Amino acid sequence: MKFKNNSFRLDSTDIKILELLQEDARQTYTAIGKRLGIAHSTVYDRVRRMEKYGIIKKYTTLVDTEKAGVKTVTAIMTIYTDPKESEKVAEKLSKIPQVLEVYTSLSEELQIIAKVAAENQESLHEFIATTVAPLQGVLRIKTSIITKKFKETQHLIVNDPKELTPTNSKITNKNEGKSASEK
Amino acid sequence: MKNEAEIKALKTVPREKAFYFFTSIGNYTGENASSLREFMEKIKIVDAKSLEFHLYRGDFEKWTAEVLENTRLAEDIKRLKNASLTGESLRNELYATVAKELKRLTNLILTSE
Repeated sequence: MKFKNNSFRLDSTDIKILELLQEDARQTYTAIGKRLGIAHSTVYDRVRRMEKYGIIKKYTTLVDTEKAGVKTVTAIMTIYTDPKESEKVAEKLSKIPQVLEVYTSLSEELQIIAKVAAENQESLHEFIATTVAPLQGVLRIKTSIITKKFKETQHLIVNDPKELTPTNSKITNKNEGKSASEK
Repeated sequence: MKNEAEIKALKTVPREKAFYFFTSIGNYTGENASSLREFMEKIKIVDAKSLEFHLYRGDFEKWTAEVLENTRLAEDIKRLKNASLTGESLRNELYATVAKELKRLTNLILTSE
């Protein structure tokens, strides 16, 4: 972990810590340290720093909605937009709770790709027809309803360490960002 | 004095109340209509699949009744549903139905002026 002009570069230890946390964010710093052969205090320092710099954004829970009995329809919308309006459309979509993920993509045409959840197919259509289609700059929409999930992971293999600057240096809650077992 | 109901039925509605043409669940064609006249024009050009999708879901009758506040046209469209039309014959019949209503409303306004 090198510091230079208020920025730092992730090293292989940071990456290994991230990989272990992505595997199980509830494991203790001691357990992580043991697996990596380093002191728990080193793990703690590095985790705190990565939280401060916004590399670790949050600790969350991955719920198996099927087992939880939550009946939802999930769909992927490809929204073709007027290039001048696409940023605004993406921002507006991002504010809607039913929209789970929003991406922009540049292929032949400018597209927004968004994952959306609804109670059933009818409410999905209603939502797209009354909320998404009327947005200024939306040219057309293609929607694919997901029928079966084969894989879902939050893991991101970090193999290209980059120089980073702090994005989230304000930590208001002492417990915020700590794994459950450390609280 | 102008006929208020007829004028209402010919109004242009805001963007969020326009009719958006889809071909199936979530698949928006990019065509929309904010008035009865525009609706009639779009019937001519949208994919016939879109007309079938909306007619049999009851979307046309719902929009004409609730947004354009034209229950008469909504009833006429509902009747088309029972005729089990598809493709170009549906397009022609739907267009003729809307065009007839548009002409009736326009004439009523002109004669009351």
